[in-house]
Amino acid sequence: MFYDVVIIGAGVTGTAIARELSKYDLKIALVEKEAEAAFGATKANSGIVHAGFHSAPGMIKSTLCVRGNYLYGELKDELDIPFKRVGELMIARGPEDEERLEFFLKQGQELGVPDLKILRGEELYAFEPHLSHTITAALYAPSAGVINPYEFTYRLLYNAIQNGVEFFPNHPVIGIETHKVITEHQTFEAKYIINAAGVYADKIAEMAGVKTFEIKPRKGQEYLLDRSCEGLTTRVIFPLPSKTSKGILVIPTLDGTLMIGPTAEDGVPADDKSTTNEAFEAILKSTQAIIPEIKACSLFSQFAGVRPVATGDDFIIGPTGEEGFINVAGIQSPGLTAAPAVAELMVNILKKQGLKLTQKGDFNPRVPRHKKVRTMSIEELKKAVAENPQYGKIVCRCERVSEAEIRQAIREGATTLDGIKLRTRAGQGRCQGGFCTYRILEIMSEELGIPMTELTKKGIGSNLIKKDIKND
Amino acid sequence: MTKPVVIVGGGPAGLIAAESAKLNGAERVIVIDRERHTGGILNQCIHAGFGLGLFKEELTGPEFADRVSKAALKAGVEFLTETTVLNINDQRQITTTSEKGVDTIDAGAIVMCTGCRERPRGVIHIPGERPAGIYTAGLAQKLVNTSGYLIGKKVVILGSGDIGLIMARRMTLQGAKVLAIVEVMKNPGGLQRNIIQCLDDFGIPLYLSHTITNIKGKKRVEQVTIAKLDDKMQPIAGTEFTLDCDTVLLSVGLIPENEVAKTAGIKLNERSNGMIVDENLMTSVDGIFGCGNALHVHDLVDNLAVEAKEAGKNAADYVNGTQFEKSTIDVKFDGGFGYVLPYKVSGTKAVRLQFRVRAPHKNATITCNGFTKRYPHLQPNHMESITVPAENLTSEVCLCLND
Repeated sequence: MFYDVVIIGAGVTGTAIARELSKYDLKIALVEKEAEAAFGATKANSGIVHAGFHSAPGMIKSTLCVRGNYLYGELKDELDIPFKRVGELMIARGPEDEERLEFFLKQGQELGVPDLKILRGEELYAFEPHLSHTITAALYAPSAGVINPYEFTYRLLYNAIQNGVEFFPNHPVIGIETHKVITEHQTFEAKYIINAAGVYADKIAEMAGVKTFEIKPRKGQEYLLDRSCEGLTTRVIFPLPSKTSKGILVIPTLDGTLMIGPTAEDGVPADDKSTTNEAFEAILKSTQAIIPEIKACSLFSQFAGVRPVATGDDFIIGPTGEEGFINVAGIQSPGLTAAPAVAELMVNILKKQGLKLTQKGDFNPRVPRHKKVRTMSIEELKKAVAENPQYGKIVCRCERVSEAEIRQAIREGATTLDGIKLRTRAGQGRCQGGFCTYRILEIMSEELGIPMTELTKKGIGSNLIKKDIKND
Repeated sequence: MTKPVVIVGGGPAGLIAAESAKLNGAERVIVIDRERHTGGILNQCIHAGFGLGLFKEELTGPEFADRVSKAALKAGVEFLTETTVLNINDQRQITTTSEKGVDTIDAGAIVMCTGCRERPRGVIHIPGERPAGIYTAGLAQKLVNTSGYLIGKKVVILGSGDIGLIMARRMTLQGAKVLAIVEVMKNPGGLQRNIIQCLDDFGIPLYLSHTITNIKGKKRVEQVTIAKLDDKMQPIAGTEFTLDCDTVLLSVGLIPENEVAKTAGIKLNERSNGMIVDENLMTSVDGIFGCGNALHVHDLVDNLAVEAKEAGKNAADYVNGTQFEKSTIDVKFDGGFGYVLPYKVSGTKAVRLQFRVRAPHKNATITCNGFTKRYPHLQPNHMESITVPAENLTSEVCLCLND
């Protein structure tokens, strides 16, 4: 098949690019090795839309971060995603630290981060009453926010598909030739190939014969605390950054839980998503030093992801020595924030490369609104059930997810149990799917038209059921 | 017409409480349950061993569920199935949702019979990867017993709770190989009879004072690492060994499920998550009672039946105008006990106190303000009770355990 653009990798970056390019009259393929989009680093992202004062002016990532943050304001309505500018605080303990805050304040102002200010002492404690009093000051950035990284990606993808993008999951790339992407199943011919392969971007570049950088996987473990911790902070809290990371944070998620982490572990394999007790203990210790009321017994879930850190630490975006082959690599933090801006930049790059871009007359920027029983008032629920009785039937009791929402997730592209969990929150609550998994599998089997034995947790090989013994 | 007694949850506790409420004079009794069929988790417990106390015969879980469902129906209880309770307000108004719509029921009294949930992997944080093939024992039971699916062929079970033990036997009978049961405590969590009938009879090894320290597998479980624990429950270096398997079942404890109770403002025990009740099984909210695993996790449905009958009767009495004596005396206990139920008594009547001990004891005595009972054996995995006469409940109540 012939395409104008083939994008390799359906993480948040690749998907944002696909959606942005779908505004133009182009034939686009989005190729992904996993069963669903967002199954790589995106799945384990902290979900912070950064204000943008962290990176030095002159780096690609610093401008894209500030611009990306701004774009979320528009995207949240178009894509119907919950996004809250909760603000972020970078904390300091004592005069030396406070000098570093001044540095970040100036850096942020230079980059155009709006409304930055430093809060001290009582003013700070009144602002976030659960903060440890060993913290003497904090840089406050009100424009920072939190989103759900995978929900954002799925909505981007859905909208991209609405606008004509073709999505090919379960298509690992095995080779690249000039203007050709070869997967196990088929070969895509393309005017332009965009390498957004995340932690595997160096391997893809190597296939194209332009291995100019190396990706060093950096693992991050995240731990989720239950809603008994709700309100311990309303803003994202950072320590001062180290050389390798923004440090271990306290993040109030949109779902009312508290996320603590991530670690920054170098020298791991690209697919190492394991969690360890040592990491949990270290994360607990360093976040308790920020908010002493954080307790180990609130833990209810944990996960890990691998960041794609490129040689040079900055994003690598642009054309290469291989004709038509463009890199979007090394997109680690603040990659989620930058994603919408990276997509804009890609349009300009393609234009410069000579791709003819004609805006579509019929581009639809909006996705259908998602009704969520969890956030409905009784009156809204009554109305929803009157329209579709399946909204009245609760499948996941812990997160109050209805049968209608699960069916819709499948109709919008979910093919795996994890895909449904990430899209709807079913199975993400206190029982972690103990009660609802069976019912979800039944609904999946019905909607997808495949037997229970073929259903998977996260794609090929992760089957949940070995054998149907009643029909043996 | 008086307002109805509403039972939240149609498992064994709810069904028995409902029948009891009806037989004790409640004009109208309604059981609300999420599922299509009443009976709760018993419907997936297809092994025998239920009903020896209540029916003097050995039944399977579904048979027991069927009996108590029919008994409730026969008594005139109404069932509202495939219906979820969203919340309960301070006027005892219950908001429900179902495919038929959103409704409000004005209850005269409520009995909370919401049971318990299984502790999942994330809460205990078993390190390692997140492949398919990790199930709580109850979910495995649902998939295997009621739906006829084999979920794995080489199984390691963490936790020796009763469901874990019973699933070890079930998986073996279905053709899987159960390689090990791993228990962090020095003593098994489940009943002794289940250790014999489910493990010993099938030659399944039980590793006490051990835990799983790692799960490996990208797509499906491939291997677990097991290590011995020291007295502080920390893995001992050098004792690790691995087992190749495709499935890990978790039977690591049950937690009273009281999310609906929370919406009603019912006070919970912070440690156990069980509802705090007085000698009448009334919660901290007037007119709302509780029984079954939502209070404390029972070993035997027959013990639970005694409690549920009492809760149902009290709810019926409440709607019919009985004024209960105020329970103002706190029930205290020494460090030998895990817990004692109820939390408060009035001192005006004899009370059956239910309890669990922390460690095994032989020939122990339990005293309560001068009242003494001897127990030849006390085990943490066996719930026990002591009925203390009113005259011993007059001043401060304190249970003491002596060897």
